[in-house]
Amino acid sequence: MNETGPATRQLAGGLSAKKSLVVILVLIALHVLPWTIPSHLLHTMIMIFIFTIMGQGWNVLGGYVGQFSFGHALFFGLGAYTSTLLFLHLGLTPWIGIFIACSVSISVGLFVGFLSFRYGLSGPFFALIMLAFAEIFHLVSTTWKAVGSSLGLLIPLEGNAPALMQFTGKMPFYYISLWFMVGALYLVWRFEKTRLGLYFLAVREDKDAAEALGVNTFKSQMTAMAISAGLTAVGGTIYAQYLLYIDPDITFGVINSVEIMIRPIIGGPGTVLGPLLGSIVLTPLSEFTREVFQSYSGVYLMIYGIVLVIVIMFLPDGLIGFAKNMLRKSRGN
Amino acid sequence: MSQTRLLEIFKVSKSFRGLKAISNVSLHINEGEILGLIGPNGAGKTTLFNLVTGFLKPDSGQIQFSGHNLAGFKSHQICKLGITRTFQIVKPFAHLSTLENVAVGAFNRSDDIAAVEDKSWDILNFVGLEQKALDPAGSLTLPDRKRLELARALATEPKLLLLDEVMAGLNPTEQHGIINLIRKICEAGTTIFIIEHHMRVVMGLSDRIVVLHHGELIADDRPHAVSEDPNVIEAYLGKGVAIA
Repeated sequence: MNETGPATRQLAGGLSAKKSLVVILVLIALHVLPWTIPSHLLHTMIMIFIFTIMGQGWNVLGGYVGQFSFGHALFFGLGAYTSTLLFLHLGLTPWIGIFIACSVSISVGLFVGFLSFRYGLSGPFFALIMLAFAEIFHLVSTTWKAVGSSLGLLIPLEGNAPALMQFTGKMPFYYISLWFMVGALYLVWRFEKTRLGLYFLAVREDKDAAEALGVNTFKSQMTAMAISAGLTAVGGTIYAQYLLYIDPDITFGVINSVEIMIRPIIGGPGTVLGPLLGSIVLTPLSEFTREVFQSYSGVYLMIYGIVLVIVIMFLPDGLIGFAKNMLRKSRGN
Repeated sequence: MSQTRLLEIFKVSKSFRGLKAISNVSLHINEGEILGLIGPNGAGKTTLFNLVTGFLKPDSGQIQFSGHNLAGFKSHQICKLGITRTFQIVKPFAHLSTLENVAVGAFNRSDDIAAVEDKSWDILNFVGLEQKALDPAGSLTLPDRKRLELARALATEPKLLLLDEVMAGLNPTEQHGIINLIRKICEAGTTIFIIEHHMRVVMGLSDRIVVLHHGELIADDRPHAVSEDPNVIEAYLGKGVAIA
């Protein structure tokens, strides 16, 4: 391992030929898949993709830079409400609304981030600040008539209108959410290999040591917050367009914060594929239990709780960490 | 002697809730020298390091580093200026590989990833950690963690390196290895300010030694002279002890 030639690049290494092939095959399979599965499975896939996008958003802040947010529903809601309100009042297409939604979400995120990181808040304090801000928006959206109050907002369906991100079938949403998800995964994968990506991890591991080595920890945390808020808002906008209905509870609600954070935590926080893996495991589980225990709403939350306890006790690095360990062991023997 | 003063600490004081940790300390470090900092437990040695590297702000006094007044500079800016410290209690980035740990430091001077990686390998070779480059830093033994602290700090290309007890907890052989490293670093042109508890080590290594006691500077001299200074002996052993 003493060679320092390009063949042994550790920091900037791209994918090996084998891995690239796997990625390409998976992508092709995902593009063919919707033609072969029934409609309700299509819905599950779309949910997996949308929650992977938002999970990745949470992951940038919680997994990479180590600031656990307990209020990412804030960004989800800002994404959903911004694009929806712009569409309802100004007739602005969500394709543009999604960018404005991102900007709004990033601005709020930076404000909360400034309040927290400027004064060194972290751990439970930061988690609670995020929860508090999500609840503020929850309350405002519940009581303010202009944004639909507790009744929520209905997006009128204009038929098959691609220019307005509206479709009568599920198929287009499958591809939209797939591509956004691939984009989100690619973004984080690319970025993991940069100086800033490594700085994020250093800040997570030890803030003082990072600072002593010339890392501007405040700037790193703020950058992570911006990326995180933006990505999560993208998920919010797509979600709103897909369901054509939003209300305060399904957007800014506490449960939604849990939904967003639990996937990367279970999949493997601080890894590119963690949110996807967590989403693949949990999304069908929640859809399935919601179907089976229809009359007992909330059973899926109990199942989340059980899964979370098991993962934290036995797989602290998530499913990815577990898989890597197994791989290492099997190679070692 | 017409040596340039790299760091100048002028009448610096720092209290914690009324307790004077550093009181009216003035000292300087010349370019290219190894300055030892000793003193009994609680004398304020680490506090002084924290003040120089911006982790604490002095209540009064000034710290000058090659023409810059460090007041108002954040720790990462001070690192950019050329002062890097290690921590007494080692702080490896446990989940990152040893190589990545060093790369964090190396990114201080360059954002070219290939160059950073090459440099990180060079430094790992220099401190003798190249075999462990791909292991997570959390799996390293204590001596290796100390080497890693040193390697990371070196990677930032400091003009002044502050070492906080890099030899604590090491056996004589391991200490010997680190001492040689420090000498090599100094010969390569880095000025060193070192806190050390092992008297023999610090006496042999330093060009000059300063002694802190209850936050005050009580001696600043050649190692030999310091070891015979009655004030220093009193600080370490108490009054009325006859020295053979």
